[in-house]
Formats: sequence, structure tokens, C-alpha cells
Amino acid sequence: MIPEIGQFSLILAFCFAIVQGTLPLMGVWKNQATLTNLAVPAARAQFVFIVIAFICLDYSFYANDFSVLYVASNSNSHLPLAYRLAALWGGHEGSMLLWVSILAVWTMAVTMFVKDLPESFRIRLIAVMGMVSIGFLAFIIFTSNPFERLIPAALDGRDLNPLLQDPGMVFHPPVLYMGYVGFSVAFAFAIAALLDGSLDIAWARWTRPWTTVAWVFLTLGIAFGSKWAYYELGWGGWWFWDAVENASFMPWLVGTALIHSLAVTEKRDAFKVWTVLLSICAFSLSLLGTFLVRSGVLTSVHAFATDPGRGLFILIYLVVVIGGALLLFALRAPTVGLGEKFDVVSRESMLLANNVVLVAAAGSVLLGTLYPLLMDSLGAGKISVGPPYFDAVFVAIMAPGLFLMGLGPLAKWKKASLPEIGTRLRVAAVISVFSALLIPFAMGKITLMTAVGVFLGIWVISTTLILLRNRIKTRQAATPTLLENIKGIPLAFYGMLLAHLGIGVFILGVTLVKGYESEQDVRMEVNDVAKVGNLSFLFKGVQEIAGPNYLSSQGTFSVLSNSKEITVLHPEKRFYPVQGSVMTEADIQPGVVKDLYVSLGEPLENGAWSVRIYIKPFVQWIWAGAIIMALGGILALSDRRYRIVNRKAAKEAQEAFEA
Amino acid sequence: MKKLLILLLLALNIFFSTNLAFAGEAKPLAEDPVLEARLKAMSQELRCLVCQNTTLADSSAPLAEDLRKEIREQLRTGKTDKEVIDYLVARYGDFVRYRPPVNNETALLWFGPFLLLIIGGFVLFRVLKKHAGSDDIQGEDA
Amino acid sequence: MNRMAKFLIPLALFLIAVGFLFKGLFLDPHEVPSPLVGKPAPVFQAPILGEVGKTFNSADMKGQVWLLNVWASWCGACRDEHPVLMEMAKTGQISTYGLDYKDTDAEAQAVLVANGNPYKKVATDADGKIGINYGVYGVPETYIIDKVGVIRYKQIGPITDEILFTKIVPLLKELQR
Repeated sequence: MIPEIGQFSLILAFCFAIVQGTLPLMGVWKNQATLTNLAVPAARAQFVFIVIAFICLDYSFYANDFSVLYVASNSNSHLPLAYRLAALWGGHEGSMLLWVSILAVWTMAVTMFVKDLPESFRIRLIAVMGMVSIGFLAFIIFTSNPFERLIPAALDGRDLNPLLQDPGMVFHPPVLYMGYVGFSVAFAFAIAALLDGSLDIAWARWTRPWTTVAWVFLTLGIAFGSKWAYYELGWGGWWFWDAVENASFMPWLVGTALIHSLAVTEKRDAFKVWTVLLSICAFSLSLLGTFLVRSGVLTSVHAFATDPGRGLFILIYLVVVIGGALLLFALRAPTVGLGEKFDVVSRESMLLANNVVLVAAAGSVLLGTLYPLLMDSLGAGKISVGPPYFDAVFVAIMAPGLFLMGLGPLAKWKKASLPEIGTRLRVAAVISVFSALLIPFAMGKITLMTAVGVFLGIWVISTTLILLRNRIKTRQAATPTLLENIKGIPLAFYGMLLAHLGIGVFILGVTLVKGYESEQDVRMEVNDVAKVGNLSFLFKGVQEIAGPNYLSSQGTFSVLSNSKEITVLHPEKRFYPVQGSVMTEADIQPGVVKDLYVSLGEPLENGAWSVRIYIKPFVQWIWAGAIIMALGGILALSDRRYRIVNRKAAKEAQEAFEA
Repeated sequence: MKKLLILLLLALNIFFSTNLAFAGEAKPLAEDPVLEARLKAMSQELRCLVCQNTTLADSSAPLAEDLRKEIREQLRTGKTDKEVIDYLVARYGDFVRYRPPVNNETALLWFGPFLLLIIGGFVLFRVLKKHAGSDDIQGEDA
Repeated sequence: MNRMAKFLIPLALFLIAVGFLFKGLFLDPHEVPSPLVGKPAPVFQAPILGEVGKTFNSADMKGQVWLLNVWASWCGACRDEHPVLMEMAKTGQISTYGLDYKDTDAEAQAVLVANGNPYKKVATDADGKIGINYGVYGVPETYIIDKVGVIRYKQIGPITDEILFTKIVPLLKELQR
């Protein structure tokens, strides 16, 4: 009964999405209030029924209802409860349901928080969200029904893929999707503005916080995923340039560009065409990512069971949504004004130069991801594009952008002078060059890669700190105390500083772990010691342990420094009988300056094991950097300016609309 | 008697776990660490054909093991990295290389992003100049 | 209209990408075509399954069109393919030779006894070295080699009736002419 309620709710949600996506638009066009008034209730009803469907499916997982095909394929009665609930998004059908659920959450948020907009704009905004939802709900109902019954019911389920049985599974997909799907709001703002012809400062102001929220989620989602790969896959990699990773990284790059170009548009009412195009692109890349994962056109670790029929459905959907958006863009963009003037050297121009770099970087990721497909469909043979390509091309493109990151925030709005920026940055330049030589020297060896990496990391951090110092000092004349000065600076400014610091921390982490990690593949018998750097790893043997749904061989390693035990690590080799698969669970002692990482390989003769030991210096800085970036975004969002300005701008716009 | 003694010592050793007097040095899995480092560096740029989403270095598929063995043997006979990669490409095609070769077909892949950066920079500069220079704020387009 | 042209660039790029994605839907990203097609087949000598002390030399096959089927007793897809091979053997149009890949002789022979033997001879490749030379990455794989010893076709995965009649039989007719 419960699955049928879920299925019925989905169909009702689909109907409401159709109402939400079509009738209000007609209402705005024909100026009929009865139709426009449908937008909000329809959106909310859609939300309610999607939530019901979501709960029904998760209840089936909770209740181990193996008469539901999807539950039987992705769960098992021995699976711990938290993973059973998270197993909802462990397969294709359920993760699509998660997708529309999150879209519904965003739509609901739009109906609740976007209040003081001109009515026509607001209705169009909600209608566009509805149109996005129609396609995905149709996709689920017609090609990927998660509520399909299995008759007769299975005695027990085939279990969740053991690779996914991890706390990361509970957080990573929802947070990532919140980011991915969140760009739909910026997209809807752009389309509504193009339809409405109200591409102005107010539009940029309204788009900005929504984009930032989505960006924060996406940043965290990607970071969680990377961390998960780091400890789960057993070789300590944290980013593989896998097609699906790239699919989440491209919207991030374009979203980052969008946040910066929105700053220019908001400040100067300029480059609106570009900003609107970025808004469309960020979400288009999210959709493209969905297509790449679902259609099986690319091989990926994340690929679900694939089906060209589903791929075709999404492709048609892409053509309608993205193609339609870009067509509307081409029709409306020529009428958009140029906005206020600013100099070739100015904060504005630096922000736009950053956009060029980020878009070129996203272009390199897109090209690298799709190139094998391109070659194959032209019959030019099969190639693989992997980490060596991206490490070379992506990094080379980003490097000048990171250098620019130091200059940009110090440039004045409207018109800046390069010599003046130069003088302000002398100290930062000296510190960075000095560190670029000193830090690699202290770590033991210097290469071009480590020197450049450390230079850029320290450059970003030191210029950001100098910016903070300057800002506090320049304000001093107007306000009496230092504390008031510090308080007087808007939170958005602190947010920007923090996000930039995060980038610096991230770069240092990447550079140092790439340059200085050490690794040992050893054969260890009980009581053998492996020396890595100045640490000794003492192997104390392997114990058999039974988990809730697996059997584990758990190793014990005592890590010694100068004969003193500093920690004990328990890497595991787990056997999951339901799927008959073996998983490697590395054990890690994380630290600020280094991680100790041990993973069990294969059992060898005489009770010996092959063991991989890594020391990964500063690897935690990678995720710390991402978290600092996200915190920066959150800080920027807490700026009270948004609310006040929005109210005022909205009021003005409302008056203009009514006049 | 000797066995008993060893057992006793072992027990003591486990008891005083920080005492390393009896602990053996772990042996590297590879006989020749220098060669192994070369193999590792090389196989990290090669794609495993069976699982297809891991490198040859990280894959535990039987074919990956065989290929690592083959590469190891070839390196031992004094072949250069390039010769070994050519050997693999001749059998499995460019698909095995995670670093695509630079040729006519991949020129767009390797140079396209830089071209995009240069064109983007050039267009931006021109637009900015026009934008800064024009007196008409309500200009036509961006 | 001219002013609109540059704003159509994103749409144009998108539609080009869609074209490729559409084509990509009908391609299999897991299939790795062999660079060996059109090149001389690697020459090998290997023990013959069930004939102790005898060696199969691929160089002896010069002058005839033959089919080399890589298989193993542990390979499930090979069982699916087996009836098709038997069918082919019955017609007698083609000499099918087997390469028993990373297998034990006893298990391989057991399979042939149970399911019938479609091969003229089976060479054994216990350590998988011949397989590497032929670029084998998953069994079953099948090579068609012409009279001068050049590989003309490679089938990755089991031969189905469809592949047999649309690809293999016409090619064999052409080569045997």
C-alpha cells in the first residue's frame, strides 16, 4: 500500500508541476490573476507530494519491504538503519527522486523567501522552476519508477553496494545535489529576467545570495566526496578527474565565476549579458552532469546501471531546457544595455578577467571529459583523458588566475592604478617568493611544481591578509576605535576574505601532499616493522571480527616515533557476503601537518600481509581549505545588507512596475 | 625446547609491544625498489582495461597484475619507459594512456583551453577598452 | 539579425555538443577497439591442449583463413558463445582454433567434453602472455586472420548469431576468395 501511495503522490506532483510550469506563465502573458495566483499553491502542493513520495520510499527501506524492486536491489535486512535510509539514493531511480526532492525544496524556498519582487517576475521565476521539475518527474514516472513492485517479493535484498556503505553516503549525495540543483534558482532568475525584460541591478542582487547558497553546498558536497574517496578507495587518492567528479566540478567553476560577475553587475549594472549567460551555463552543466552519469556515454566509477533509452530521454530534456534557454538568450541579449563605465584597470575588470580564467578552466575540464566521446563518435579511435592531462592543462590555466586573485581585491572600483597596487603588494611578493624557496627546502627537496605551488598559496593568503589590514587602516580616519572599525566592515567583505584564504590553504595542501607524500608497499609478518620517514609501523597481527553485515580482517598497527607509541591504527579488509565483494578500509591518523595512512593489501603466506603505508603531509589542508571557502560563503550570506537592500530595491522595482 | 623458548620470547615481545628488539624489518614487496618506483610512476599514467576507471597501478584485476609483471620484466631487460608504453599502445591502443598523445587529432584537446583563454582575454580587453572609452552609457551591447 | 549572430554562438556550440552526445548514446565506452586489426598477427608457439608434448605454431597457419577464439573454462560469457561456435564448426566453412587463456588443462578439457569441441586445435596460454600480445582484455575475444597472417577483424565479447551472419560470415567469404 505504502509504495502505491508514493507512486500516486509522484503522479500528483507531476500534475502540479505541469500546472506550476504552464498556467501562471499564460496568466502573466494574458494578465489573468486567476492563473498567476496558481503558481505558489501549485509549487507548494508539488513540494508536499514529492515529500510524501520520498517518505514512502524511505519507509519501504525502513520496513525492509522487498516487494519493492528498488528496495530489493539496493538494501538488505542486515544493513544498518542509517544506511538503509541512505540507500534510497544508492541507485538510479532513488537518486533521481532525491534530485526532484531537492529541486522541490529549492522551489519551496523560493516561494517562501522571494517575496518583495514584482509580481510578474516572481510568477515567472516559480513557473520556470516548475518547468525544470516537469521534465525530471516525467523522467522518473515514465522511465525510472522507484516504486515498481517485485512479484513475488524477494526474501531478502541484494544489499547496498558495499562501496557506498559509509557515513559519506549519508551526507555526500544530498549536500552535493543541494549545490548542483541549487543553480536552478539562478537559472530560473535568469530566464525570468529575460522573459520579463528586467535584467537590472535588482535582478543581480536577488540572484546573488541564492547562487552563493548553492555554491556553498556544492563546495561542501565536492569536498565530502573527495574525502570519502580518500579513505574509502584504499590508495589515498582524493581526486581522480573521473567523468562524474568533473561533472560536479564544472558547475562549481562556472558558479564561482558567476558569483564574481554578479558582483560587477550588481555594482555597475554592467556585463549583464555575460552574467545571465553564466547563470544559464552553471545549471546547464549540472544537467549535463546528470546526463553523463545516467546515460552511460562515459565510463565512470559512479555510473549506475545504464540504459540508452533513459539517456535519450534526458538528452531531449536537455535540448528543450538548455536549448530553449540559450535561444531565449540569443533573442533577448541584443537589447540589453551596457551599464556604467569603468576603466580597463579596475576591480571590475579584474573580476571579469577572473571570469575568463575560470571559464577557460571549466572549458578544459569539459573538453577533457567529452573528448573521448568526441573522438569515438567521429570514428577517430578511442583515447583516455586522465589525471596527467588535467594536471597539466587545468593547473596551467588556473595559475595566472590565482596570481590575479592577489591583485584583484586590492584594485579600486571604477579605476585603479597598477603601480599603486604594486606598491601595496611588495610585502606579499617578498613573503611569497621567500616561502616558495624556504618551505620546499624545509620539506627536503625543491621542484618547480612545489615552488610555484607554495608561491601561489602563500601569495593568495598574504595578499588577503594585507587587504584586511589595509581595510582596517583606511577606515580608521572615519571611526574612532579599531574595534568599531573591525565591526564596521561588512560581513560580506569578511566572507570574501575567508573564501580567498580557503583557496590559499587548499593550494598549499595540494602542493605539499603531491610533492612530499611518501609511500611504502611492504610485506609484513606479525611483529615486523616498516620504517617510513622517521616513523616505525609495527604490525601486531590480524583479527577476525564480525560486523553487522560483513566479516572483517582487522589489522593492528602500532605507530612508533623514537620507540614511543604515538597511535594505533586498525585498517580492515571487509568481506560482504551478500554481494560477495571485498572492501578495503584504510585507517588514518589525521593531523595538521601529516596524515598516517595504512591499508591492508592481500594476505600472503605465513600469516604475512601485503601492506601499504603512506605519510601524506598537509593533506587535511585540502578539505580544510574547502570548508573555509564554504564558511566564507556563509559569512557573506549573513550580511544584513542583503535583506535591507533587497527590500529597498524590491520596493523601487515594484513602484516602477506599477507606474 | 628451542621452540618453547621462541614462543616465550614471542609472548614477551607481544607483551612489551614497544620493545623492538625482536621485531623483523618489513621487506619491501618489490625486489628492486628503484625499478618498482619507475613501474609505479609509469603505471599511474596507464589505464586498467578491465575495470577501466582505475590506473594500472591501483587496479587489482588479474590482467593488471599480468601487465605490471610484463612491464617489470621489460624494464628489467633495460627497455626505456617510452619503449614499454609503445609496446602497450601497439596492443591496446591509445586507450591505455591516461595522457593522450599530442597529435593532429588531439591538438584541440591540448591547446583548445589555452586558445580559449587567449581569445577570452583578448575579447575582454577589447570590450573593456570600448566600454571605458565610449561616452554613451546606454551603449548597444556588451 | 547580424547583431544577434554572436549571441547565437552559445546555442550553436550547445547543439554541436548535443550531436556528439546523441551519437555517444549508441556507442559502448567499454569497448576498446584493437589497434592490431590490419596488422600482422603476433606469431606464437604454445602447447596444444590434450596433446602432450606437441606444440601449436601460429606461423604454420599461413595460407589459410582462420579464426582464433580466446576462451577459458572460468569465463561465463564463453558458455553463452559456445553453441554459436559449435554451429560454425558444423558447417565446416572455417577452421576455428582456440586459445585457452589463463586456465588449467583439466578444467578446459572438462568443458570441451561436456559441451562439445568446436576447435580444430586449442593452444594453451597458462600465464596469459600470448593474450597480452594479442591485446586481450576480457574473454571471450575472437580474431579473424587472413591467408597472409594479418588480423582482419576482432570481436570483443561473445559472438552472437547476429554478429556471425552480418559480420563474420561475409568477411570469411571475402577473405577465402
